[in-house]
Amino acid sequence: MSPESFLRPTSFAEALEMRAARPGAIAAAGCTDVLVELNFGRLHAGELIDLTRVPELGALGVEGGTVRVGAGVTYDSLIRTAGRELPALVAAARTVGSPLIRNRGTIGGNLGSASPAGDCHPPLIACGAEVELASATSSRTVPIEDFFCGPKRSVLGPDELVAAAWVPRADGPQAFAKVGTRNAMVIAVCSLAVALHPSSRRVRTGIGSAAPVPLAARAAEAHIAGHLEETRAWETKAPLQPAAVEHFAELVSAAASPIDDVRGRAEYRRHALRVLARRMLTWCWEEYRREPRWAA
Amino acid sequence: MSAITLERRVGGIGDPAERLDGVEKVTGAFEYASDLCRDGMLFGATLRSPIASARIRRVDIADALASPGVEAVLLAADVPGKNRFGLNFDDQPVLAEGLVRYAGEPVAVVAATSLADARAAVGRIVLDLEELPGVYDMEQALEENAPKVHELGNVLRHVHIDHGDAGAAGAEVWVEGYYETAMQDQAPLGPEAGLAVPGGDGGVDLYVTTQWLHVDREQIAPCLGLPEDKVRLHLAGVGGAFGAREDIHSQIHACLLALRTSKPVKFSYGREESFSGHVHRHPSRIWMRHGARRDGKLVAVSARLLFDGGAYASSSPAVVANAATFAAGPYEVPNVQVEATVVFTNNPPCGAMRGFGAPQVCFAHEAQMDKLARSLDIDPVELRLRNALATGSVLPTGRPLAGSAPVREVIERCAAIPLPEPEPAAGRSLLHYPGGAGGTTRGEGLRRGVGFAVGYKNVAFSEGFDDSSTARVTLRLVRGEVEAEVYTAAVEMGQGLYTLLAQIVRSELGVERVVLRRADTMIASAGSSSASRQSTMAGGAVRLACCRVREELSRRASALAADKSRPGGPAELEDLLYEPVEAEAVHRHRRTERFDEHGQGDVHAYFCFAAERAVVEVDEELGLVRVLQVAAAVDAGRVMNPLGFAGQVEGGTAQGLGLALMEEVRLARGVISNPSFTDYLIPTILDMPPVALQAVEEPEPEGPYGLKGIAESPTVVATAAVVAALRDATGRELNRAPVSPDELVGLLGPARSAGVPAVPEVPGQEAVPSYHTTGSGQQHLM
Ligand SMILES: Cc1cc2nc3c(=O)[nH]c(=O)nc-3n(C[C@H](O)[C@H](O)[C@H](O)COP(=O)(O)OP(=O)(O)OC[C@H]3O[C@@H](n4cnc5c(N)ncnc54)[C@H](O)[C@@H]3O)c2cc1C
Repeated sequence: MSPESFLRPTSFAEALEMRAARPGAIAAAGCTDVLVELNFGRLHAGELIDLTRVPELGALGVEGGTVRVGAGVTYDSLIRTAGRELPALVAAARTVGSPLIRNRGTIGGNLGSASPAGDCHPPLIACGAEVELASATSSRTVPIEDFFCGPKRSVLGPDELVAAAWVPRADGPQAFAKVGTRNAMVIAVCSLAVALHPSSRRVRTGIGSAAPVPLAARAAEAHIAGHLEETRAWETKAPLQPAAVEHFAELVSAAASPIDDVRGRAEYRRHALRVLARRMLTWCWEEYRREPRWAA
Repeated sequence: MSAITLERRVGGIGDPAERLDGVEKVTGAFEYASDLCRDGMLFGATLRSPIASARIRRVDIADALASPGVEAVLLAADVPGKNRFGLNFDDQPVLAEGLVRYAGEPVAVVAATSLADARAAVGRIVLDLEELPGVYDMEQALEENAPKVHELGNVLRHVHIDHGDAGAAGAEVWVEGYYETAMQDQAPLGPEAGLAVPGGDGGVDLYVTTQWLHVDREQIAPCLGLPEDKVRLHLAGVGGAFGAREDIHSQIHACLLALRTSKPVKFSYGREESFSGHVHRHPSRIWMRHGARRDGKLVAVSARLLFDGGAYASSSPAVVANAATFAAGPYEVPNVQVEATVVFTNNPPCGAMRGFGAPQVCFAHEAQMDKLARSLDIDPVELRLRNALATGSVLPTGRPLAGSAPVREVIERCAAIPLPEPEPAAGRSLLHYPGGAGGTTRGEGLRRGVGFAVGYKNVAFSEGFDDSSTARVTLRLVRGEVEAEVYTAAVEMGQGLYTLLAQIVRSELGVERVVLRRADTMIASAGSSSASRQSTMAGGAVRLACCRVREELSRRASALAADKSRPGGPAELEDLLYEPVEAEAVHRHRRTERFDEHGQGDVHAYFCFAAERAVVEVDEELGLVRVLQVAAAVDAGRVMNPLGFAGQVEGGTAQGLGLALMEEVRLARGVISNPSFTDYLIPTILDMPPVALQAVEEPEPEGPYGLKGIAESPTVVATAAVVAALRDATGRELNRAPVSPDELVGLLGPARSAGVPAVPEVPGQEAVPSYHTTGSGQQHLM
């Protein structure tokens, strides 16, 4: 690759101008997906726009009740800085690849690839995050669930870059878990995020790697919200009834539309989601009961 | 003996000597074959068939030839010599001719000024294929109306062992079982690579990753139409092998292109191509029946083995013979009937991988022993002890076991290793649960299980092969310092052989500084770095060469002593090295025999035994696994280097654990669907438990210093031990390796067989092609 085709903007504005001027160029952050795609010949290296020198993208800041995570924030820096505000996202970051990958890989790259197996996506959905997209002429925010439109496809326009993810700070316990057939460095067979939102009296979910796009289990969320209202559990912090948890787990499993592939069978994915949903709702609820700082 | 005494040096045999190549490798300075580089070199790329069974209608290379940077595009017709090679038979085309028999078979090769240009040109070759019916299942291969992968039919070899009485009177309890193992990849980190440099003499120099330089040359030269002395092989840095570097990969392609273009040509496969560039471990289906007396004594074992050899012979004939001889396990069994078949299919070729046929049968016979223990209500370890082979025991091949066989000791020593402490289910680091970094449990669903396995593997080549290894040792003064140089064609591929050879020299000659000359074919063959053989074979040759060096030193010392004109005092080693001392020697092991018509004969030279006990924790709801500990006792004869010993046992165990839990090359109509390390999973450090290790040192009469090759036996037993532990944890049958999470949670039942396949009709015990072809190939390699 010649230096002329390796573009190194030093500000976000410059990056956006390059993006507008060169529709064929590839945005490159940590390159942990880009290099793999280049090696496999699925991407062709015409021009690369290197985003690693754009300071704005690397910033992580709290603005009121929301954390703005710049697209260039790496997993490693998320883990080091955001554990308290964004527990599910940080739990997901911990499961990504290896230390090397976590050093290089970014949340913007995960969104840019829009893989159904991307580990950031379920927590972002369970937290109700929004994605900030920018072009040289405009910017917009998209609710995370509207961002994905198919396996490895998103609404990101050809002249746009991901600027940041806006993630509400945790107002209750959260969890993320990922099933893989080895104990580290594995792409999700399926994954799940669960977040309790006592302030809005909601339980939210995000399912990964079990449908063409990451998604929320809306029926499961509605069911458990109804149950918690009925039993006044948000106020009393009473234990959850096993039948309600079981039904929640059923509905999470039913929300998925998995396929059979080399990583796992659809039937197993549904099964595993059911087990994870049961366990994770219980973990979160027990934490809610235990921790005085969480209250409706 | 003369006046000269040679001291024992640090770093001699038995010491934890550091690896000669260790620092270079960890600092990145080591030159692997993929780093090879020459001014003006070209890059090679290969067009491989995308489908598994087809007739080649047309190959149009016009566009590729006109493509930028391209200097040559070669097809089968461009092979100047024989368009066939192979380890046991020369049945594999250098470039496909008329037919393709597996997906990934090379059809054309390109040389261009850059790798990108070479790959682009490959993309411009028009390959017009007519798909033919294929054989994708090993049982289908045996059916009468199955398509024939080769004209001679689909049976590559059938080995029949008939020992004792098939009726087997006296058995009071019978157990039966059906078992399957998957295709496994050796997954060496360094993919195939090599550089061919045309010589001024019309010959060629090839720098290459391999396990055996001379057998490569034997296969390469006839294809190039050159005499062997014009084909000079040099060892390049090998990044792991495990059997995957025994067969030819790009050697012939690189030489053909170098000779055609008169320029150096380099091949360096990526990971995906590597999956097509080497053979794999044979998938197997195994039916077994064990009969025993109430007191636990085995009376009879009958086994039907079926191995998928894929499209070409490779070393399959030898693999299936091994599997047949080990099918009854390391036990005394008076009546053994084995029918073992390896078939051709249109799947990728299978051949050598660490264990060489033994892991598959160990998986089956050890599951059978556990079943038997349950039926008899005898402790599984005790049952194994009651039947353990020992020196003098009659093997299923009808001959008494000649070498050392401390089977009881490996079992007892392994069983005596303390079990890991129980860990509370809650409150651990998330990384220490099944599911590891995924954080899928905080103590829910955990079950522990313990499994035990014993197995064995032959050391060195079998079935009458004239197995030898040559080495040369030179002792000289370099700037006043004594230095020994070892020159052998034996391959170091990461196993630590060169360190061990240096240890032998240090001990035998009392020198500190030992250097290894780069291996090449200018010295006689050392045989293969495979079959657990090289420590004993190359080691034996180096030891003999050292003895000869010492003899010469004694002669010189006596001559000096006799020289009256010389001032008094004993001669120093330096005084004797007024000119270098050089000696060459050949090591051979005892001659073995071929099978007779009943599968009887003294077919193996000697054996290495191992026992392992695995402790696992299973998340029974998710089917995820954490192996807590592997306890291993390995029959080493003599531990030459404790670090090397531990490394081999741990690495070998990891490979066996991989087959138990995750490693499987998946095929869809013969096409590999997971040819990457994203989807072909191998264990990470989080999947690998600590290995609690015991060496059993009973000297082997055949091995120099009493040593045995130990690199394979841990792999042989690890798969069986881990799956046994999973059975113990879950109570499920688990008759297929790798075990999937689906099976562990009960979403999938055990693998089922449609019935024991009929025994094919074959002319005899030899591989079938040997009854058809005459005089070609490397048949003596079996
Ligand atoms: C060994 C290995 C293990 C992995 N393990 C995991 C895992 O466990 N979980 C997981 O989810 N992923 C995993 N990945 C995938 C990858 O690391 C992640 O998707 C990572 O988040 C990508 O980030 P990056 O910065 O490297 O992106 P890049 O590779 O630089 O880019 C990825 C894509 O996003 C686009 N892009 C990047 N930044 C922007 C932006 N600001 N605006 C618009 N588009 C942008 C790029 O054009 C490209 O299409 C793994 C990858 C490897 C190689």
